[in-house]
Amino acid sequence: MRDLHTLRRKTVNVVMLTITGLCTLFAAGTLVFILGYLFVHGGSSLTLDFFTKLPTPVGEPGGGMANAIVGSAKLLALAMVVGVPLGFLGGVYLAEFGGSTFSFVIRYVTDLLNGVPSIVIGIFAYTLIVLPQKHFSTLAGGLALGVMMIPIAVRSSEEFLRTIPNSLREGAVALGASKAKAILTVVIPAAKNGIMTGIMLNLARVAGETAPLLFTSFGNRFWSPGWEQPTSALPVMIFTYAISPYEDWHRQAWSAGFVLLTLVLAVNIFARAVLAKKKHVAR
Amino acid sequence: MAASSTTVSSAGPSRPAPNFLERLRGGDEAAYLITFIAAASILLITGMLVYELFVNSADARAKFGWAFLFTQTWDPVNDEFGALPFIYGTLVTSFLALLMGIPLGVGAAIFLAELAPPKISDALTFLIELLAAVPSVIYGLLGIFVLVPILRLVEPSLRSVLGWTPFFSGPFYGVSLFSAGVVLAVMIIPFIISISREVILAVPGDQREAALALGATRWETTWDVVVPFAKKGIMGSIFLALARALGETMAVTMVVGNDPKIKASLFAPGYSIAAVIANEFTEATGKLYTSALIELGLVLFALTIVINGVARLLVMGADKYKT
Amino acid sequence: MMKRMVTLAALLAALTTGVVSAQQILINAAGATFPYPMYSKWFDEYHKKFPKLQFNYQSIGSGGGIKQVTEGTVEFGASDGPMNDKQLQEFRDKHGYGILHFPTVMGADVPVYNVAGVSTDLNFTPEALAGIFLGKITKWNDPELVKANPGAKLPPADIIVVHRSDGSGTTYIWTDYLSKVSKEWEMKVGRGTSVNWPVGLGGKGNEGVSGQVQQTPNSIGYVELIYAVQNKMKTGKVKNLAGNWVQASLAGVTAAAASSKEMPDDFRVSITNAPGKDAYPISSFTWLLIPEKIADPTKKKAIKEFLTWMLADGQNMTEALAYARLPKAVVAKESKAIAKVQ
Repeated sequence: MRDLHTLRRKTVNVVMLTITGLCTLFAAGTLVFILGYLFVHGGSSLTLDFFTKLPTPVGEPGGGMANAIVGSAKLLALAMVVGVPLGFLGGVYLAEFGGSTFSFVIRYVTDLLNGVPSIVIGIFAYTLIVLPQKHFSTLAGGLALGVMMIPIAVRSSEEFLRTIPNSLREGAVALGASKAKAILTVVIPAAKNGIMTGIMLNLARVAGETAPLLFTSFGNRFWSPGWEQPTSALPVMIFTYAISPYEDWHRQAWSAGFVLLTLVLAVNIFARAVLAKKKHVAR
Repeated sequence: MAASSTTVSSAGPSRPAPNFLERLRGGDEAAYLITFIAAASILLITGMLVYELFVNSADARAKFGWAFLFTQTWDPVNDEFGALPFIYGTLVTSFLALLMGIPLGVGAAIFLAELAPPKISDALTFLIELLAAVPSVIYGLLGIFVLVPILRLVEPSLRSVLGWTPFFSGPFYGVSLFSAGVVLAVMIIPFIISISREVILAVPGDQREAALALGATRWETTWDVVVPFAKKGIMGSIFLALARALGETMAVTMVVGNDPKIKASLFAPGYSIAAVIANEFTEATGKLYTSALIELGLVLFALTIVINGVARLLVMGADKYKT
Repeated sequence: MMKRMVTLAALLAALTTGVVSAQQILINAAGATFPYPMYSKWFDEYHKKFPKLQFNYQSIGSGGGIKQVTEGTVEFGASDGPMNDKQLQEFRDKHGYGILHFPTVMGADVPVYNVAGVSTDLNFTPEALAGIFLGKITKWNDPELVKANPGAKLPPADIIVVHRSDGSGTTYIWTDYLSKVSKEWEMKVGRGTSVNWPVGLGGKGNEGVSGQVQQTPNSIGYVELIYAVQNKMKTGKVKNLAGNWVQASLAGVTAAAASSKEMPDDFRVSITNAPGKDAYPISSFTWLLIPEKIADPTKKKAIKEFLTWMLADGQNMTEALAYARLPKAVVAKESKAIAKVQ
């Protein structure tokens, strides 16, 4: 009797191990599948034209996404300029200076901002910038992406600064530095790795955002000089081409998807590797 | 490997605390001010966002009132707007995503945290967390060309098993609420796994050891002892995943069918709030139309605030070792 | 390392900012997807002719064209559903001056379908099309369809309707036609760039609808002719007012325009369900929406010169893309109207 009961328990043990293992395999396998599929359909048909040519008129095969690549780069650069300083300094405030009530408010509001769906941020940028300026622009798109970067920049900066032990701060002050100097010359450099990787992960995340760009940077058949013109962007091109009926556009969408995913994953892998190393080194 | 653990005596300050002038010269006031302004700007930006949403949806709110949330019609020709089909679609697709994502996600999290050898666990977790970085539009791309055709093949079997319910009846178009649900499920699984795994890992070891010492199998230890301990955190991860699913735009609009109707069948096309805004915003002529879309944005925002709030409460308590 | 990165960034910024902008004139336009293949070809050719001019046309749907030109975020718009009086007034209220319609080409809305086992052209009566889009005809082997297609092997499969999810002039043309041939449609749904569809999936743009039909077995949608041609999709024949089965073509569209009433001064006219014996019943003009006043003199000159070119050289390129050229009378009238743009 007892043996049967034990046998049942042991069987359940093995069965559940297998089931949960399969769940894990499914999850991990999905990524492998995605990468593999994108490579086969996009990577293998990637040509130099893709990186160097502008789009051709509708229905004519050929052409590339050179302007979309540059456009995305500009948007991300602007997003970084907007989102990182505000986010980083906000994180510094929370980690180093904050009083309790104001800090609580800031954290709550930052969380709120983090939860705003990206399409709503697009609406915000449209009503705030596009309408008054009376044109679509890289500026509006970059600002929308920048606003999306802020909450994560705040949170990750604060977290990394908090991991720096107080002994370093106290040490600096004891040696005569002002609080500001201690933060600037001791604490921040110590957290440098974490903060930089946080920025990279943040950038990788907004690099793939499409929705906020639909009515801010809009789209452009040509190169977009400066910041005041609409611009093409990689994720938007993927969307436009994917839903179309043209085979050639589908092929280009796969290529674009492959390029985008490779960049995003490369940044993620690099960042995480640096972080992991740091985890083992710091105490 | 702490660099310089200077033996600073913490017996008390060796000189008086700096006065205002000294602080000013040292840059403390400036530093405080700059960071304070940065933090305050974040408040300002968020405030402006809510304000813009509110003000620009005023026309629709005035005309429709609370009935907006319960009206089914979406008729731009006659300026009749109701949010119900989109709320329905958003909730149904997200719910479907949870239904499929929770067992897979929590199951995988349990495996990775408790049952797998550490090296394998770390490697697989790394892979799975990368999934969270895949952009939405790429999920959409794969949704159109891979998932929907596969679902078309799978559909007859599903229908034969579950066709007696109203949920799996009616014609299958390929793009549907069901397809959107599946794509969303794949998108939220990494979040559930990542957070649940951390929460489970944070459960104190003595609980496990006690159970094992009493002769429990590994599964019994995990399921009956460890997981209940981590329950709050796991619930929190589910809510966070839900919040994410609610706001998803691109992947959904590419596979949901874009039809603002409420039908019982999951095989029917549907629409979500984010998807309709993405499709119709640039062309909403007339103030009421635009205003109605912005009101939809406000509704979505409110929904995600609530869900996120609940999630934070649950995760905050349960997860102490967050990195 | 940091210093090098900063200089690199500054260099990149300098490259992308102002340097090029001094010479290029970028004119932004947006709107109809119906004529997008034509416009993208025209603007490409025009750019080759005048490298300094860039007409950036984004195909976001006629509704988008009307909205964005009214908001002023683009220099001009494009639509295949002419602006109605309410929209014209809205523009005037907002800007203090009016907006003009300039026809560019004529095209056709065609029913495209993807039915397993059917490789011939199907015939559609007006009643059949109305019935399908109203959701009353639900199967491909419905008697109404079988009656018109005795030879075809229509399967007993559900019809999957695909319509536009965005505000569309193509939709306006289609619903305008259905309103003319079906009282029930006119009452229940009506005409517009965005309507309350009784059934169907939504695709974004002509591109999205044709893409959807391509991907979905047993589906039917409506798109501009060139999208069906370029993607080798099956289009059907429609029975016109005179009782003949007509397949969409340049000839059919031109016949429709010829047999229609006089072109009014503001160029807003509907040529659907035209009476001619060879007329294709779902034809339409498509228009560029140009504001009466354009502030920037360089852009104004560029736009007016483009319009002149479009009415001459541009018209010679239409047939290659299956759009019909404007009738001579319309071209003459329009050439005079260009002067109205101040």
